[in-house]
Amino acid sequence: MKTTRRSFIQKTALLTGVFSLGFDWFDSKASTGAIQQMNPVLDANRFNAYLAIENTGKVILYSPNPEIGQGIKTAFPIVVAEELDVDWKQVEVRQAHLDTQLFERQLTGGSGALKHSWDRLRKAGATARHMLVQAAAQQWSVDPSTCKTSKGFVIGPNKGQKLAYGALVDAAAKLPVPAEVAYKSRAEYQLIGSFVKGVDNHRVLTGKPQYGLDTQRPGMVIAQIVRPAAFGATLTSFDASEVKKMPGIIDVVSFKNKVAVVGKSTWEVMQARKKLVCNYSDTSNLESDSTHQKWFDEGMKTDKVKVERKDGDFHAAIAKAAKVIEATYECPFLSHSPMEPMNFFADVKPGSVLLVGPTQVPQSAQKAVATLLGVPENTVQVELTKMGGGFGRRLNNDYALEAAELSSIIKMPVKVMWTREDDMTGGIYRPAVRYHFKAGLNEKGEMIAFYLRGVGLNAGNSTRQDNFPVGAIDNVLIESYNYNSAITTGPWRAPITNFLASAEQSFLDEVAVAAGKDPVQMRLDWLQRVKTNPVGKITYEPDRFIEVIKQVAEKAKWGKKGPNVHQGFSVYFSHLSYVAQVAEAKIVDGEPKVTHVTAVTDCGEVINRSGAENQVIGGIIDGYGHAMFGKLSFDKGVPQQKNFDTYKLIRGNEIPTVEAHFVNNGIAPTGLGEPALPPTGGAVANALYAATKKRLYKQPFAGLDNANL
Amino acid sequence: MESIELLINRKKVKVEVDPNTPLLWVLRDHLSLLGTKYGCGIAQCGACTVWIDGEPMRSCVLPVSTVGKSSVTTIEGLNEKAEHPVQVAWDELDVPQCGYCQAGQIMTAAALLKKNPKPSHDDIVAGMSGNICRCGTYHRIHKAVKRAAEIASVSNSTKKK
Repeated sequence: MKTTRRSFIQKTALLTGVFSLGFDWFDSKASTGAIQQMNPVLDANRFNAYLAIENTGKVILYSPNPEIGQGIKTAFPIVVAEELDVDWKQVEVRQAHLDTQLFERQLTGGSGALKHSWDRLRKAGATARHMLVQAAAQQWSVDPSTCKTSKGFVIGPNKGQKLAYGALVDAAAKLPVPAEVAYKSRAEYQLIGSFVKGVDNHRVLTGKPQYGLDTQRPGMVIAQIVRPAAFGATLTSFDASEVKKMPGIIDVVSFKNKVAVVGKSTWEVMQARKKLVCNYSDTSNLESDSTHQKWFDEGMKTDKVKVERKDGDFHAAIAKAAKVIEATYECPFLSHSPMEPMNFFADVKPGSVLLVGPTQVPQSAQKAVATLLGVPENTVQVELTKMGGGFGRRLNNDYALEAAELSSIIKMPVKVMWTREDDMTGGIYRPAVRYHFKAGLNEKGEMIAFYLRGVGLNAGNSTRQDNFPVGAIDNVLIESYNYNSAITTGPWRAPITNFLASAEQSFLDEVAVAAGKDPVQMRLDWLQRVKTNPVGKITYEPDRFIEVIKQVAEKAKWGKKGPNVHQGFSVYFSHLSYVAQVAEAKIVDGEPKVTHVTAVTDCGEVINRSGAENQVIGGIIDGYGHAMFGKLSFDKGVPQQKNFDTYKLIRGNEIPTVEAHFVNNGIAPTGLGEPALPPTGGAVANALYAATKKRLYKQPFAGLDNANL
Repeated sequence: MESIELLINRKKVKVEVDPNTPLLWVLRDHLSLLGTKYGCGIAQCGACTVWIDGEPMRSCVLPVSTVGKSSVTTIEGLNEKAEHPVQVAWDELDVPQCGYCQAGQIMTAAALLKKNPKPSHDDIVAGMSGNICRCGTYHRIHKAVKRAAEIASVSNSTKKK
């Protein structure tokens, strides 16, 4: 059977009294078998991958993407419910487990879920609504175009013609599926853009088990895994004889440079692992902070860089410049430290593997585990749990693979749990990076040359070479250099840009001061230039940039707050969204203190006002906290911070107030989990500069590296 | 191993455990009361906060043997229908993001309001600063504590009438 893009496939299931209908948006993935299997709800008509309607009128919406606190489990169903036109109170949201037949891009990362699924979700809701209207019109023998819907009812043109969706679903499900359907206009939105509370609130507030660490299955054992304390060290031997004598211990096994202690309860395992004696290979040459400083110094001098972008002739232009500004910025490694430490449940049996736990990328877990164990992918089932945060850490499935490997060795269902210390010292960090910027100004104070070199440790390309202000400057040179470090890194909320933006926005503030220009007006002038005469390829829309800048200047009363309020400006484009921020600092008891941040965000259509505010405000607090306090340091390969007593996370008594505004432009939604974070460090550094006349070049700002704060 | 009797959420329970086991792991592993969370294990983050005779305590460092006859209240015992003023306010203001730390936040907030039914903003900030929220929900937490105080005061004055 040939299926076309966005075609529907209609199948009658042979289950008692049940009609099920499935569709696939792109190709022929939704085979007959898949559609029948996907209908676990025997008393409901499942119209498509996202929604089922019971005869009672209850609407079940399936949210396919992993929930890490970004609110996707609420936002996705809002879109479907809006187009279906039901009362939100009728809706029950369920987390869909990994199903590669039904869903695409079932992952959380890159702030890409809504951008990817916006049309799919609207179509899912609108199609079902269309079919319900058709069913009602047939029953009343009226023209469907004379019918309307409201909060789960179809209303006909004649008096008394009103039928609940529940009464229509059986008939509707037998109708042909339309190829094209009309969507609501923005003016008709009732749910989209309103303040919708999280669908898991009740479960959270009453302490219902739902996170990975809450997993308990029959016959399950608990394991913790001892990894080398130092990155780069190799396990040569271990002695577990004392461990095995400890109460509650079932087994001690070793695989891949690790030793797993398996027991009956968490506390018993925690106690027993202390008795483990591990021997590692010579660790004298492992990396310390001083090693990294040396590498940064070398990386800034090497000629073996990768040129990421070149416009005009930077070297010629800087030689002619009337004024040259230069600055170097640096950030340390950071731990993700989501509140729920890494954990995963695995039950590896002959012929089937069950994985349950917190992962941002369940399909990768399925593939990697299938490869690891040498079993077919379709025998690996992945159940998604709610996640106690992720921030990018759970894009790496190392802990899920550990659980699967261990279960295959001990032949028992096992939950592998990382302690906080395991989590903080076990790797996958935000890479440490150093940036060097150089700008050349002409006599009029216009920037004619712009240079950036990023040197990263396991950072790949530590620049974003096509981003603003590139496009506004005639002569640009952007280079990157990467060191391979033994310290494992990975994406951390707004990868690379989480510090690059901070450094760059601080530098541009310094450029504005040197040029005698207002930092806001300087950006607006550049963007005007981009609009009329851009230099080379650009990836951003200047008009959207201009709008957030103008709005934030107005909302924050830029430059109009009087002499005791010191403002810092920053604006950044990432994950297809635009965020401008103004931070305010005051001198309190002789010390500078960041007191307020105003943010204007263009993320296109705001789906959930509550969730959107949470992402922006939370992102700013996250960006501020880590800029001020975050640092993971190393001595001979060993992380020097192991828990929250030495690795400082921001607390509620240390936060500025935050205002989150959104541009109301109705453009299709773009990312929001990450884009509010990158501008914050720069806005804060610039406000603190305004307050103290001291530039901050090294994060964390509140650390010893910046003694005045 | 010892047989230990506990009073948890107004129910008597008996567990066979090493008496040094922190209450947190007794709740989670032995009693399947999974609402109380592990965050750090060293009383730094507050995710494991429960009440011992109404006082907020960090269950991750509290040996079960020291609980004795004291009454333990966990998030599951606060109000199953989420009708406690703190739970109502938390929902109304949509406080949780990932939600993982919120049981500890709620138990801390509810204990704070018992002692200080009309806290100032500074009282709230100081009283809640022992609990870490990695998602940064602090603003809404502070607002929700204030809102919970209002809800409680309205319901108290209604009761009095």
